[in-house]
Amino acid sequence: MAFLALEGLTRKFGTHLAVDGLSLGVEKGEFVALLGPSGCGKTTTLQMIAGFVEPTSGAIALDGRDLLAVKPAKRGLGIVFQSYALFPHMTVAENVAFGLEMQGVATAERTRRVAETLELVGLGTFAARYPRQMSGGQQQRVALARALVIRPQILLLDEPLSNLDAKLREEMQIELRQIQRSVGTTTILVTHDQGEAMALSDRIAVMNHGKVEQFAPPHEAYERPATPFVASFLGKTNLVGGTTVRPEKISFAASGLAGRVKTRIFQGNHWLYQVDTPSGLVTVIRQNSGETMPGEGETVHLAWGTT
Amino acid sequence: MRAMKAAPYLLSTPALLLFGAIVVVPLAMTVALSFHDWGQYKGIEPVSILKNWHEVFTDSYFLEMFWRTFRIALLVTLLTAVLGVPEAYILNRMRSPWRGIFLLVILGPLLISVVARTLGWALLFGGSSGIVNKALMSMGVISSPLPFMFTETGMVVALAHVLMPYMVLAVWAALQRLDPQIENAAVALGAGPFTVVRRIVLPQIMPGILSGGVIVFALAASAFATPAIIGGRRLKVASTLAYDEFLNTLNWPLGAAVAVLLLLALIAIVVASSRLVEKRYAQVFG
Repeated sequence: MAFLALEGLTRKFGTHLAVDGLSLGVEKGEFVALLGPSGCGKTTTLQMIAGFVEPTSGAIALDGRDLLAVKPAKRGLGIVFQSYALFPHMTVAENVAFGLEMQGVATAERTRRVAETLELVGLGTFAARYPRQMSGGQQQRVALARALVIRPQILLLDEPLSNLDAKLREEMQIELRQIQRSVGTTTILVTHDQGEAMALSDRIAVMNHGKVEQFAPPHEAYERPATPFVASFLGKTNLVGGTTVRPEKISFAASGLAGRVKTRIFQGNHWLYQVDTPSGLVTVIRQNSGETMPGEGETVHLAWGTT
Repeated sequence: MRAMKAAPYLLSTPALLLFGAIVVVPLAMTVALSFHDWGQYKGIEPVSILKNWHEVFTDSYFLEMFWRTFRIALLVTLLTAVLGVPEAYILNRMRSPWRGIFLLVILGPLLISVVARTLGWALLFGGSSGIVNKALMSMGVISSPLPFMFTETGMVVALAHVLMPYMVLAVWAALQRLDPQIENAAVALGAGPFTVVRRIVLPQIMPGILSGGVIVFALAASAFATPAIIGGRRLKVASTLAYDEFLNTLNWPLGAAVAVLLLLALIAIVVASSRLVEKRYAQVFG
């Protein structure tokens, strides 16, 4: 049995099936992303693990124990909320210490572990600040430290990076991955951002309409999508002559599918093309290698290898 | 550009004139009046003397009135806080449509005259003919009517009822600003329901409770209708005292001194407590 096992998990809100017989096994130390569009049931799934929402039916087992029989306050899970949900009236150190205090950890030990965890997230010198005196990225780290300091069996991340700007998000992704690796905590990330899911996780569970469509390592899910939904949700795809082709797998060649360049957009490290062909509009991504590329209105031939 | 700069002042002139005419001028006249002399047979003499102020500050009768006024206002504030804070918390946790319905129940009384609401209390507890008193006596629970009319207790209860919506609204506004996930965050860290309220929710809504308290205190200390109905002329507070001096004794200057003193005391208390709240919570909530 997996470390965290979700079995036939179902949650109804009125007549709406938010989560529909979801089964998933997460191994110890693994980083798993629940990925899907809004309303796919990923957040409800997370809230059922956390205990904030009760499943209509199904079971959750953590390390062989029935998790649903445990009160939310006793589950000992670390959660980072989308809004961070820091306690604004407490300093950073008090925020981080709160969970230890609830566990009845002695003061000396508490102080040591708070300092240690703040050091881990790179906030060693911010202990006396209040949350509102910190930037979004720093608040995010405080939320992470507050969740990790209690040494949770599972770390739950609910869209943790969605409130950060693009550059900071990328930095935090790398840092989050490093911290998770060094601590080794089993982590479940809920996100709608496929880039984030692929960058961070060992395995991705792509969800749609309350069900898992595919549960696989990012590379596998991207290269061999199990369903059309997974193919379209993970990255861009073209449907040409009944087969799906990734835009970056298509190249301009001397012969092949003929078409006219409708639009060409320069995006720094790559070019994004929309090519009008007899089989419809095809998206093509070409690396920017410094060569001259076909311009708008030109006739091109498209070729791709068969997989 | 000059015209543009003058525009805001020109636009606010009508309102300023109205404000001056109905607030500032009468207030200044009342202050001036408090320095005038008065006699049973000579009436009001427009002089500038400190006789009324001397009387207000030295006669223990006035001290007693003012002390009673602030004691009642303080008790009303405490009572509305003790009942209103849990009320607002429960209201905030309700789901629609119940939340809307109960908000209306709480705010509804504001649409009814204070006089009508206070008279309701008088009907329930007014001596041996009060409905509740009658019922309790006929059931043998009490042998004599519960003392309510002309008592401080009665005044506190009726004022707390009348002013409750202000406290609930102030606390509710503070609760609305809470992060909806914050209680879950505390629960996930192992906090029980009581700890969540005491350590997480209460400290964050404290500014709301305190500002609600300031409003309720100011309104309770200056209330007229409720003390007039419950206390009548037997149990007077500062506002009914000033009224009595104006309309029964006809000693307008003394009434003016009482009214001005009540105003000054209230301003001092409200400003001081607001400062305190701002200073205390500035770096946390801003």
